[in-house]
Amino acid sequence: MSWKSKLTPYLLLIPTFIVIIIFIYWPAAYSFKLSFYQESFFGNRSIFVGLDNFKDLFTDTEYYRVILTSFIYSFSSVFLTIFIAFLISQLLVQNIPGTRLFRLFIFAPYAISPAIAGTLWSFLLTPTVGYLNYVFMELFGINTDWLTTTPYAFIAVMLATIWKMLPFDLIFYIAGLQSIPDSLLESSMIDGANLWQRMWKIKFPLLSPITFYLFIMNFTTTMFASFGIIDIMTKGGPLGTTTTMIYKLYLDAFAFQNNGSAAAQSIVMFAIMGVITFIYFHNVEKSVHYQ
Amino acid sequence: MASSISKKRRTNLILSEITLIVISLIIMAPVLLALSMSFMKPTEVYTFPPKLFPSSFHWQNYKEALQLVDLGRMLLNSAIVAFFITFGKLVTGTLAGYAFANFQFKGKNISFMILFITLFLPAETVMILPLFLIMKQFGWINTYYALIIPFTASATNAFLMRQHFMTIPKELSDAAKIDGATSMQYFWKILLPLSKSMLGGAALINFVYSWNLYLWPLIVTMDDKMKTVQIGVKMLIDAEASNNWGTIMAGTMIALVPTLIIFFAIQNLFVKSLVSSGLKG
Repeated sequence: MSWKSKLTPYLLLIPTFIVIIIFIYWPAAYSFKLSFYQESFFGNRSIFVGLDNFKDLFTDTEYYRVILTSFIYSFSSVFLTIFIAFLISQLLVQNIPGTRLFRLFIFAPYAISPAIAGTLWSFLLTPTVGYLNYVFMELFGINTDWLTTTPYAFIAVMLATIWKMLPFDLIFYIAGLQSIPDSLLESSMIDGANLWQRMWKIKFPLLSPITFYLFIMNFTTTMFASFGIIDIMTKGGPLGTTTTMIYKLYLDAFAFQNNGSAAAQSIVMFAIMGVITFIYFHNVEKSVHYQ
Repeated sequence: MASSISKKRRTNLILSEITLIVISLIIMAPVLLALSMSFMKPTEVYTFPPKLFPSSFHWQNYKEALQLVDLGRMLLNSAIVAFFITFGKLVTGTLAGYAFANFQFKGKNISFMILFITLFLPAETVMILPLFLIMKQFGWINTYYALIIPFTASATNAFLMRQHFMTIPKELSDAAKIDGATSMQYFWKILLPLSKSMLGGAALINFVYSWNLYLWPLIVTMDDKMKTVQIGVKMLIDAEASNNWGTIMAGTMIALVPTLIIFFAIQNLFVKSLVSSGLKG
């Protein structure tokens, strides 16, 4: 291919675009179509029902509870993960002996799948056998079947989520901390700022673009990729207290064969992602000058 | 005065060191305890308070896990799926990245946008239903095609490559042009060889991502012969009716060790690529 050929860049983009059009944009459009139909009683044909699927969804108080559960789960896990990651990252940039080894271990959950993370935490929390359950029993007198009682099931899912997500945030905070010029920190030391003040009043604001990026990425992770954790640990229970939006969508589509409703739910999730995308763009433009 | 400062520094250092040891242990505890449990005899599994170490290496758990669920076959499936997804993403990603980094063309911004939006449309989760119905029309249910082909391109890879190619001095492509090399010769003989470590890092991230896929393989494979090892662990939990955690943890180890070893072996490359995929992409 010659450099001047106007075709070259288009040819280079074709493979990527074929895949994303067939496997992302087409299913996205198909979701919209499906959301306007319902399966007939015997499941042999689809009937156009207009916005009925959405009406059903939003007149169902159950669905509001699922949205609320999703948001509480997402925001609290994301907030805690970012907070813990920021604290631990301070220790991992001090160049103390063994830092490389500590990073090796602390980053490990990154390589472990959500489903396996769910399995490991189920095991740790299982009554009689689980080590963590034993610790909680000895320390706080809590001895319960974590995965089948409220609110413990919700806490259990959050523990696994935070553990799984932590390395991702740490990796970015460490990279960020290492890029802060020493001169900035030295001048603050002369000003007499203590460790805690330096951390929150100087480093944290400097790293705000990273925090923002992590917030968006973690939110997406908890909204979608956490499915494996929930499916292994609680299957959405007990009493639906760990049923997030993606878990309900899965149940409606593949357990209850309620395609119309499942499609409508994916449109709702698109809308949420649309808002996230918008916020992201809006802020990235503003934060460009930091970098 | 000088000595008191250095003394304070030393206490700080020791405190940091201890804190990091504790944190490392806490983070690794689920994996280490699972490993320990995977070697325990059934009688040891149920001792109270729980034992930290097995009395001997009881390999029977691993044999049992492999008999209950065909984890061997599933490991192979996971390896095949992860390999081809990774390969596909690297091919499509380097080509698209090259187009965005080195060419000016009509519709560049709009195609960039179209690609960017897909970052927020995870097909393997939110679009499982329509994607499943499309696979049905293709007759791809229970095949490697369904497990692999939908994931062979992604915005992340294209952006990562674009970002990297943009750091390569323009003088190189100018020199290639003067020497009469075509754009594809420049791509193959100069650009890709200069990007080896970036490609390696991206390959790792993609491999781990594909190995760990769960929801999509769960839906699209009914035949046990086509299932991946992630689904195998779920099947093991369901099959192990007596809840012998020794066996379940043995199966879990089989599923998590491959990615963990890769991760431990080449972590620096991994971290570097992950950071450059996020911060500038």
